[in-house]
Amino acid sequence: MSLRASLRQLSRDLRSQKLRTAFTAFGIVWGTVAVSLLLAFGQGMHAQLVKSSAGLGENIVIAWPSLTSKPFEGLGKGRRIRLDEEDIEMLRARAGGLLGISGEYASTLKLVYGTRTLAVDVSGVSPIFGEMRNLVPAAGGRFVNDLDERDKRRTLFLGDQLAKDLFGSTDPVGKTVQLGGSPFQIVGVLKKKSQDSSYSGRDEGKAFAPASTMRALTGQRYVNNFIFKAETNADTERLKAGVRRILAARHRFDPEDKEALALWDTTEMFRFLDTFMLAFRLFLGIVGSLTLVVGGIGVSNIMNVVVEERTREIGIKMALGARPSSILGQLLLETIFLTAGGGAVGLAISAAICAVFPESFTEFVGRPVLSPLVTATTAGLLGAVAIVAGYFPARDASRLDPVVAMKT
Amino acid sequence: MHVFRKRNGKGNGNGGPVIRMEGITKVYDTGKVRVEALRGIDLAIGGGEFVAIVGPSGSGKSTLMNLIGCLDTPTGGDYDLLGEPVKGLDRNRLSAVRNRRVGFVFQNFNLLPQISAYENVELPLLFGSVSAKERKRRTEEVLARVGLEDRMEHKPTELSGGQMQRVAIARALAMDPAILLADEPTGNLDSTSGGDIMALFEDLWRQGRTIVVITHDAALSRRASRVVEIRDGRITRDTGARPEGGNAREALPE
Repeated sequence: MSLRASLRQLSRDLRSQKLRTAFTAFGIVWGTVAVSLLLAFGQGMHAQLVKSSAGLGENIVIAWPSLTSKPFEGLGKGRRIRLDEEDIEMLRARAGGLLGISGEYASTLKLVYGTRTLAVDVSGVSPIFGEMRNLVPAAGGRFVNDLDERDKRRTLFLGDQLAKDLFGSTDPVGKTVQLGGSPFQIVGVLKKKSQDSSYSGRDEGKAFAPASTMRALTGQRYVNNFIFKAETNADTERLKAGVRRILAARHRFDPEDKEALALWDTTEMFRFLDTFMLAFRLFLGIVGSLTLVVGGIGVSNIMNVVVEERTREIGIKMALGARPSSILGQLLLETIFLTAGGGAVGLAISAAICAVFPESFTEFVGRPVLSPLVTATTAGLLGAVAIVAGYFPARDASRLDPVVAMKT
Repeated sequence: MHVFRKRNGKGNGNGGPVIRMEGITKVYDTGKVRVEALRGIDLAIGGGEFVAIVGPSGSGKSTLMNLIGCLDTPTGGDYDLLGEPVKGLDRNRLSAVRNRRVGFVFQNFNLLPQISAYENVELPLLFGSVSAKERKRRTEEVLARVGLEDRMEHKPTELSGGQMQRVAIARALAMDPAILLADEPTGNLDSTSGGDIMALFEDLWRQGRTIVVITHDAALSRRASRVVEIRDGRITRDTGARPEGGNAREALPE
């Protein structure tokens, strides 16, 4: 039987039982909405959590030099390890697989603009710091750059909240402020970002200056901490060991002494986040799939009823020469059509919900997205449901004995 | 002695029988009950014969009809349809054989109620993958042949019993089969409509169709060229093939 004839037959069959077709399709519509929306929310949430976590920087390691906790080579424990720019330079030159490293020289300084005075946490950092910590400048501004660092320029990059507190609605870029008694020029303001973890206050309330400028301004020689990042995440462990070994050799502490150099490896957080969110999304996917499977069971039931109702018709058709395989194909096609139709409507509903999802909610649960992955997963599930739901009734139909079937 | 008449270039050109059965048995075995429906049937039907198969209920004649029409397969024996063995064909192949070689006419018409006369007649052509243009031509041709050219768009429920059976005959003719196989075709009709259908069968036979009818109806079996009687799964009487043009009326003592 040709495809066109099959489709004609199909439309006749579906139209002959409009209400039943609609109810059956509804089960699939509902299941599809459940699967696709849950997957979409899962993905949106994951993305939002990664984004918030990335507010601190993606896969960076933060290091604090501290007190030794083990005696080493005749030196007692409790010795303070202090690192200066030379140490940072040495790490930059010698640690293998390093994407970037920056010392951080932190001070609380008086910031004056016009009549306003604020005490602000200022960090002196290298230009690469901005990239590693996701300090993206808002349009019209920039982060501290290499020339600033080389020439000890008095340039300042402000957190967005700080900029608002100090300047209100005025654009701060290009304005001059007094920082610790010296004039600084604002070169950029932080573009608003989500940040759910920090180590010395959120970036929105801080200011960043070139490390060289800060050292000159405050006379601070030693870093409070430094941050670094591996070229590839997989190399982070090796890089951490390398950093410890180099510093331990230079400052004579035990490389095994975790307290002499405290490390916060955020890749661990990202790994955990990924594992957790994948499990969570899998859970959502399974919940949604079960809804779809229930819809599929409905379809399968209906197809069983259809086969029962059409037993005589199927018998007659077989007597006239319809092949059992084409009977099977016809019923399978019907199921697939029904499922595809319900699935298309369901996906359209989900897409509409995603489209009108209020922006104000996205900060908490993220923005649900019907990404290609979500759509493909849903379509794949629908296909599997259709084939499983349709196959068994269709197989029963194709196995009918025409002689018996015609007598029903 | 019978002569095979070649129709539309079809049929077996070697002059052999359309149907050749040797030692056909059919046993229904449900595990508890074992029924021997046919106990060794030898039957050859040549092209252009009009055979009436008669016999009491439970004689096995319906089983024989199902076997001839390839709706079922024998337990034992050999069956060649148009010289081709039917044995060992799977269900899909059997469907194809039914589609091309056999035209069925049933007692209760077996039309699909939700579609028109035209669409009913078109069904075997759809299953036989005949092109749309050819389908239209043949459907209209056979409907005209049974005198229903002005009833094509009617649903079966809008037709009389006699008209429904004529639709069924048109459907049976659509694929131009080697045999027309009818099971009590006048059984559900009043005598007038029944007479019309009998006349139609006789007409078709005179045009060279091979017809096998299973019937209780003495009026119908009298029109046949040959009568085969079955009892308890065996052929008990066979008037034998008549020369063309003659029919059983002359052959059978009344």
